[in-house]
Order: sequence, then structure tokens, then C-alpha cells
Amino acid sequence: MIEWVNSILQGVLTGGLYALFATGLAIIFGVMRLVNITHGDFIVLAAFVALVVVEGTGVGPFVSLIAVIPIMAVFGYVLQRGVLNPTLGPDLLPPLLVTFGLSIVIQNLLLEVFSADSQRLKIGAFETLSINLTEDLAVGVFPLIIFVTAVVLIFAIQVVFNRTSLGRAFRATSDDPVTAQLMGIDHRHVYGLAMALALVLVAIAGVFLGVRTNFDPSVGPSRLLFAFEAVIMGGLGSLWGTLAGGIILGVAQNIGAKIDPGFQILAGHIAFLVVLAIRPNGLFPRTRDD
Amino acid sequence: MSLLAVRNLTAFYGDFQALFGIDFSLDEGETVAVIGANGAGKSTFLRSVTGLVKYAADEFTYDGQSIAGRKASDIPGLGIAMVPEGRKLFPSLSVEENLVIGGYDGRPGTWSLDRVYGMFPRLKERRDNPGTALSGGEQQMVAIGRALMANPKLLLCDELSLGLAPIIIKDIYESVPAIKAEGVSLLIVEQDINQALEVADRVYCFQEGRISLEGNPAQMSRDDIANAYLGKSQ
Repeated sequence: MIEWVNSILQGVLTGGLYALFATGLAIIFGVMRLVNITHGDFIVLAAFVALVVVEGTGVGPFVSLIAVIPIMAVFGYVLQRGVLNPTLGPDLLPPLLVTFGLSIVIQNLLLEVFSADSQRLKIGAFETLSINLTEDLAVGVFPLIIFVTAVVLIFAIQVVFNRTSLGRAFRATSDDPVTAQLMGIDHRHVYGLAMALALVLVAIAGVFLGVRTNFDPSVGPSRLLFAFEAVIMGGLGSLWGTLAGGIILGVAQNIGAKIDPGFQILAGHIAFLVVLAIRPNGLFPRTRDD
Repeated sequence: MSLLAVRNLTAFYGDFQALFGIDFSLDEGETVAVIGANGAGKSTFLRSVTGLVKYAADEFTYDGQSIAGRKASDIPGLGIAMVPEGRKLFPSLSVEENLVIGGYDGRPGTWSLDRVYGMFPRLKERRDNPGTALSGGEQQMVAIGRALMANPKLLLCDELSLGLAPIIIKDIYESVPAIKAEGVSLLIVEQDINQALEVADRVYCFQEGRISLEGNPAQMSRDDIANAYLGKSQ
């Protein structure tokens, strides 16, 4: 019995990481209706940037975020204004194709520079530190930090969206970019800021990913898939839905792995299909149609 | 001196030419109405002023400076605000947020949430509703309030009466004198000719992208307007 509780608990914590992957994706889709196929590769890119910073300066992975976050944010802003903005329009297909191509470009550039070797960001003994909840039940400190970070960040982003001038500009531009311009909102700049914000989350998610698991240039697309599943299960009405989606995915995968280690990934996909079959619009659907 | 002066304005939508050499001027404090049938180019003219369509003009000055080719998002900061056709409230924003975002540019002036609520008390009761949950007339009030929050010197109103019941239109137009009293100049595009003639100091009539009549509404006969509107006489 306790082993199952343990699986679920670990699954919830894993879900925090998936929610971090997914929140950036949800922001990008929510503000500019852009389906970002490159999202998983951005996460891997952030992990590699952190690797370079760590190896170049000798700081730990967490401290490296001081550099990785601004680097990714600037990269996101420039990419949005230079490459992605011109693809946006009534048709969803051009940005889809461009980000798909970008995904291949990033994977191959990383392969060229870093080779296909598996990498890891190391945080020493901290990685395996755990807290005993009961005699048989323990949670890792690091997975707990990831989960708490995800919750805090989602809360902070909700506050930005709901309570700040920038958040109103995000929502207004998402509703109607033409009318937003009549308010003095430069939609191209707002899109750049939204991508920068999404890539701040990607930077954090990338470092967490790099500490938790081995990574190499090819692992991006599977992270994208997890992120997509979390976003769609959650529905597009609320980022808390995205967190719920991430948790469902994490729990399903851990329960699957408990049944049979080979069943882990499939169990996540099955949970995704079941949620969609029961609630086609996700757990927290948008209340309005647009 | 004219607040807005336009000389020989032409505008295209792709291959379709919507405006053919429009000459237009509006003085400070003046209320000018632009009337005309569907497709006469009235809305294209407003979209030119707000920078939403590409155009060519020999002169396009506002408040003494050329605004030709300025980005649409720079225009509100200069003191030109627009009440767009069909209201165009932001569905994700509450009534109050819709008003607040009108002042996004932070242009200083006398308008505030309280003053807008003073002008349209009904909006205060519904401040937390989504903007699009309101009736058409209330939505139009939000759209006007939103534009005023930008503290404009020149307010552009595109089809204020569109889709509204006559009694509501009357309500809406009752706010015009109070807006004028603030020294705001108005450029009103309207299909409801009677309403336009009533509030305007001067009227332009557009017909197929050209100006067919211009002048003081008090000195225009019904026939003049009908001819200019529908193009019967020539």
C-alpha cells in the first residue's frame, strides 16, 4: 500500500516539472496563438546554456540561473521579433512550420557543438537529500523544490496576468491585436515580452531538467509532448489547470512505472486520452469562445 | 490652425482603391461628421488617421506635426483616441479593465475612472463584469469611456449608433456635449445622418472614396445631402 502512496507522491512532484515545461507553452499559445513546436528544444537549449555557464565559471547550476534567465529571455524577445512575429496571422500553419524547422535547427546546432553525449548538471549530495515523512515514505528535497517553484511561479504569473498593466496588455493583445494598437499597445513588442517571459520559465525548467536527468540534444521533442499533454489536459482557462495536467501526467507515469517499468510513458499518454475522452476541453476550459 | 489637416489622401486595400484624393481639415474644438453610404471610404479614412492602413498623402499633419506613416500604437500617445466600429471591447477584460487599458499610454489629462463613471453611472455597477457581457448600449459607453481614458485632444468615433436602438443612441449622443466641453475635438463617422447633422459643426459627405459635399449642416438642404450621399444628380 505504502509503495503506491509513494508512487503517487513522487508522481505529483514530477508533475511540478511537467507543469513548468507546460506553463511557458501555455503563455506562448495564450498570448499569440502560436503553437511552439520548439518548446522542448528551448528547454534543452537552456540546460546546455547552464552547462556552459557552470563549466565556464565553476558556479553551481542554481547560481547559473542568474546568467541563464537573462540569456534565454533576450534570446526569446529577439527570436519573437525577428523570426516569429512575421509568421503570425490568421493562419496557424506558418508559425507551426517555422517552429518545427527551428526545432531541427536547434537540435542540430547543439549536436554540432556539444556532440550526442549525455550531459548532467551536478548539484552534489543535495541531489539525493530527502526528508522522511514516515518510516517508509520519503520525498526528495530537490523534487520538492521543483514542485514548490512551479507552484510559486504559476501563482506569480497569474498575478502578472490578472493584476498588472503588462498582464492587461497581454490579454488585450490576445483578444484583438488590432484594437490593442488603438490603445497604444505595440503588439509586436508585447509578443516579444510574452516570449521572453515564457523563456524565463524555460530557463528554470531547463536547469531543473538538467539536474534531474541526463540530457542530450535529442530529448527536446519528448518534453514538448509532455508539455502539450499537460496544457491540453488542463484546458486553456487557467494556469492552475496546467499544473493539474502536469500532476495527472506525472502520477500516471509513476503508477505506470510501478506496474511495469516499460509502461511508464505509455501510462501518461493513456491518462491523457482518458482525460480528453471525459472532458474534451480540458479540466479548466476557457469560458468564452473566440 | 487646423488640428488635423489632410491633403490628397489615397488608400488601397490590396488592389482595391478605397480613397481617391481626400482633402480634409478639422480645427481645434470643432466637431466634424463624415457621412456616406456603406463602402464610401469613411472607415478607411479613420483607419488612415489611426495608422491602421497604409496610405499616401501630400500632407497628413496633426497638431502641427506630420503623422504620415506613424505606427498605429504611437497614435494614442499623440492625443488621438478612437471608439472603433462595433465597440471592440476586450472580452478577457472586465469593464473596469477595459477602461483602464484605454489609458495604457499614460498620457496626462483630466479623465479618470471616476469621471467616466460619473458620465456613465451604469458602468460603475457593472465594473467587474466581463466587458462583452453588457448590453450593446452599455458596451458603447465602455468603448467611449475607454477612448476618453487616453485623454485625447481628438476623439474619433466610428459608427456610434450601429446596431443600437434609437433611444440608446440618444443616450449615447447625450454624452457628446460633455466631451466637447473638455475641449476635445471630435471626428464622427456616422450612417445615422440626422444624428450626425445634429452634433456636427461641419459635415463631409463621402461617396465612393471621394468627397461629394462639405459644409455647415445648417446651410445644407435635404436634397444636397441626398444627392451627395447617393450620387443622383450628376
